[in-house]
Amino acid sequence: MIPAAAELPWIVVIPVCLLLLAGSGLTLIGAFGLLRLNSFYARVHAPTLGTSYGMGCILLASMLFFSVLQTRLVIHELAIGAFVILTTPVTLMLVARAAIHRDRLEGKDAIPRAARPD
Amino acid sequence: MTMTVLSWSLLLAQLMLGAAMLCTTWRVLRGPRAQDRVIGLDALYVCGMLLLLTFGIRSGTSVYFEAALVIALLGFVSTAALAKFLMRGEVIE
Amino acid sequence: MTRLLPHPLISAGILLLWLLLNQTLAPGPALVGLAVALFGGWTLALLDQGRPRLRRPDLVLRLTGQVILDIARSNLAVASIILGRRRGSTAGFLHIPLVLRDPQALAVLACILTATPGSTWVEYDAEEGWLLLHVLDLEDEESWIRLVKDRYERPLMEIFT
Repeated sequence: MIPAAAELPWIVVIPVCLLLLAGSGLTLIGAFGLLRLNSFYARVHAPTLGTSYGMGCILLASMLFFSVLQTRLVIHELAIGAFVILTTPVTLMLVARAAIHRDRLEGKDAIPRAARPD
Repeated sequence: MTMTVLSWSLLLAQLMLGAAMLCTTWRVLRGPRAQDRVIGLDALYVCGMLLLLTFGIRSGTSVYFEAALVIALLGFVSTAALAKFLMRGEVIE
Repeated sequence: MTRLLPHPLISAGILLLWLLLNQTLAPGPALVGLAVALFGGWTLALLDQGRPRLRRPDLVLRLTGQVILDIARSNLAVASIILGRRRGSTAGFLHIPLVLRDPQALAVLACILTATPGSTWVEYDAEEGWLLLHVLDLEDEESWIRLVKDRYERPLMEIFT
């Protein structure tokens, strides 16, 4: 399965395992929040757990693992990290704006009518 | 021994990411409104991308990295287009 | 200098990304990357968005560190809200008056606030500078307003002058 990993030292394997578990755990909590929170605007917050430190931990684990496995600096995961960090706020803001626009069109209560308080 | 520990924690991480994908899929299917489905889809592709990265660690090759990068790129475009659609009812004005 | 490199930071970023994706420092790919970076800068200059003038690189570093720390803290806070037992939701909207007017600084502020779990930038009123923010634990409105203004708005105003 992992042919060369048998020779990896403990000092690398343990951080890789911990980072993997922490990252996937945070992502799972975020996804669970998407399921559990009870209004759309509350649910918008949940996926950012996965896209901030959830992703960061797994990318770090991958960088650490491949750098030691191939005995050179493997940091091309940073490209994914930079891309996701830059794009997640943009998509979330777009969806939140679209949602509030739709809610206002339907005349829902408890939705502020403008950014200015009235 | 190190290999056993690594493959077990990889398995656990993959199971958790799979469960996360199930949660987001449930949100996509249930809604209740279109914006909930879009948020669910957005979270679904991020979880899928992370799952691919763990498969990359398991196989020890960087083939999966490229697939993850493509998912990250296309996911952003699709969510932006869907949000635009929700806003105005059409993608291209 | 400004003709050749209208956006030095963006060009440097493109070159870095190119080298990262190619995973090499060999002269061939590096030269192509340099060309791509220069073209990227020129194309952006054609769009004529105005150059951001960044001052105080020390503050940029401090703000980055602060944001990384805050995101970690709010990750834990949001995780405990999701897993917690209390069903009574305290999520709500918040109106914040902003003094910041520079569009690029506002974009950075929007990205910081939205990338942090637990707060989402929803709308901005450009005429009077009101920001509509949605937060997950709206226990104390005053402390949220103070946090946004003191921790993020003030350093951003000093950085983008």
